Amino acid sequence: MFGVQGRVIMWITLRATMGRKRALLFAITPLILLLVTVAIKLAHPAHTAWRGHVLGIFGFTVVLPLTALIIGTSVLGAEVDEGSIVHLLATPVPRSVVIASKYAVAAALTALFVAVPELLAGVIATGGLTKLAVALFAGALAGSVMYNAIFVMLSVVTTRAIAYGLAYVLVWESLLANFVSGARLLSVGQYSLGVANGIAHDAALNAGLSLGTSAIMGAIVTAAGLIVAARALASFSLKGDAV
Amino acid sequence: MSAVELRNVSRWYGNVVAVNDITMTIGPGVTGLLGPNGAGKSTLLHMIAGFLAPSRGELTVAGAASWHNPDIYRTLGLVPERDSVYAFLTGAEFVLASARLHKLPDPGTAARRAIEIVEMTGAQDRKISTYSKGMRQRIRVAGALVHDPEVLLLDEPFNGMDPRQRLHMMDLLHGLGERGRTILFSSHILEEVERLSGTIQVMVAGRLAASGDFRAIRRLMTSRPHVFLVRTSDDRRLGVTLIGRPAVTGVEVTEHGLSVRASDFGTFSREIAALTRDEGIRLRELLPEDESLESVFSYLIETDGPKAR
Repeated sequence: MFGVQGRVIMWITLRATMGRKRALLFAITPLILLLVTVAIKLAHPAHTAWRGHVLGIFGFTVVLPLTALIIGTSVLGAEVDEGSIVHLLATPVPRSVVIASKYAVAAALTALFVAVPELLAGVIATGGLTKLAVALFAGALAGSVMYNAIFVMLSVVTTRAIAYGLAYVLVWESLLANFVSGARLLSVGQYSLGVANGIAHDAALNAGLSLGTSAIMGAIVTAAGLIVAARALASFSLKGDAV
Repeated sequence: MSAVELRNVSRWYGNVVAVNDITMTIGPGVTGLLGPNGAGKSTLLHMIAGFLAPSRGELTVAGAASWHNPDIYRTLGLVPERDSVYAFLTGAEFVLASARLHKLPDPGTAARRAIEIVEMTGAQDRKISTYSKGMRQRIRVAGALVHDPEVLLLDEPFNGMDPRQRLHMMDLLHGLGERGRTILFSSHILEEVERLSGTIQVMVAGRLAASGDFRAIRRLMTSRPHVFLVRTSDDRRLGVTLIGRPAVTGVEVTEHGLSVRASDFGTFSREIAALTRDEGIRLRELLPEDESLESVFSYLIETDGPKAR
């Protein structure tokens, strides 16, 4: 799918992303999720109501978006900021391949740092590879795919990608989507919860959208984000002389 | 067909015109793009390289528009001014990655050849983060050369280099030019351009002030009006004598000495010593007052762009 050009871009992106000190940040929130899960499980082994709140609400509205934000804005945004992206763009690689390759790395890393810990936390919380654990993994995996399309796109269209990304996560998703039902239609966090809830129904997940709506809206948002990113990268401009 | 052609190309940012109605053609060999900082050289190079859209005009590289056309990089190589490169890669990894991105049939051989051209074979397995500024510049040139492009653009390639590194880079670019490649590099230093290129394009304030053979433009520069500060044992008497000379267009007695405006730098320089000797006046100081590159460029543009083709 990616060809030799895509593989080279993914290899450079992976080395660049994991080689920065920022990579340590990727592990912080998933680690907190696992520690909280273990602590609660040890303190209240018989209780089950907390699972949806901790793994669903906390996992999907804090851990997933923040980790995706850091990774999604790193894979391309850091190169744009540094200027090293010019070496990549001064080659005949189609800009869609650049975006697809960067995005694939971002989604895979987010899945590694969020979906896998969600699965582990689900296993710890439920005592095995239960339906809920698999649902949490699937929801986080879907969220990794969807969030990164938005954050990679933001890193191409603006130099303030982290600020806008944070505003989206904290204001739109955490605030508006909880109080205004219409806002949930444009919330990736809600799509992720919708996917998880569709697999293992759990009222504590507080999912506001059905599996079908989540899947369709998620696919639209992902495709739109990647198309906008590729078009913006095709018009990438270097600043000229100080004027 | 010339490798690079610009016809009435302008670029503006809001109300500020960075590049103003430039028409030029650049063929094989080394061409220097000369001008003071902020003259619009980088803006022009970025437009040629496909990293900036012209606001107006037509611009082609090897017959094709460069904006929104990634395929242009099959015939174009770019070494941008900003010294940012994938520092975590080794030199060999960087050039090999570039060869693979170009989908060359034998990327390994192409990378080795490019590294040999820039004489970086010995350091190719070290991480770029350990390179000196000159080495980084050379490995970036290798990355831009790996596909053997017809046109190579370099933005201020000598910035931050020591004299030895400059000489090496000049030899490299000169050799590429002799092999029929079109090399266009920008610089704000007259001597760099003088040593490297026979053909220059001079930019001042976004406009093309002069273009063509370097020696002809150099003559225009040296025969421009110059202002000198002259201090002697008898400034007033020398002033009276000087005002009668054809090469002198004005004399002013100031508290620091004589301010002399000469119409011809070369003639005045030759005459001043003989005149003071004949008049028995001791010449204590002779200082050019407007030797900045900006004043040279300003002259060129004030005279409406002397073309030295």
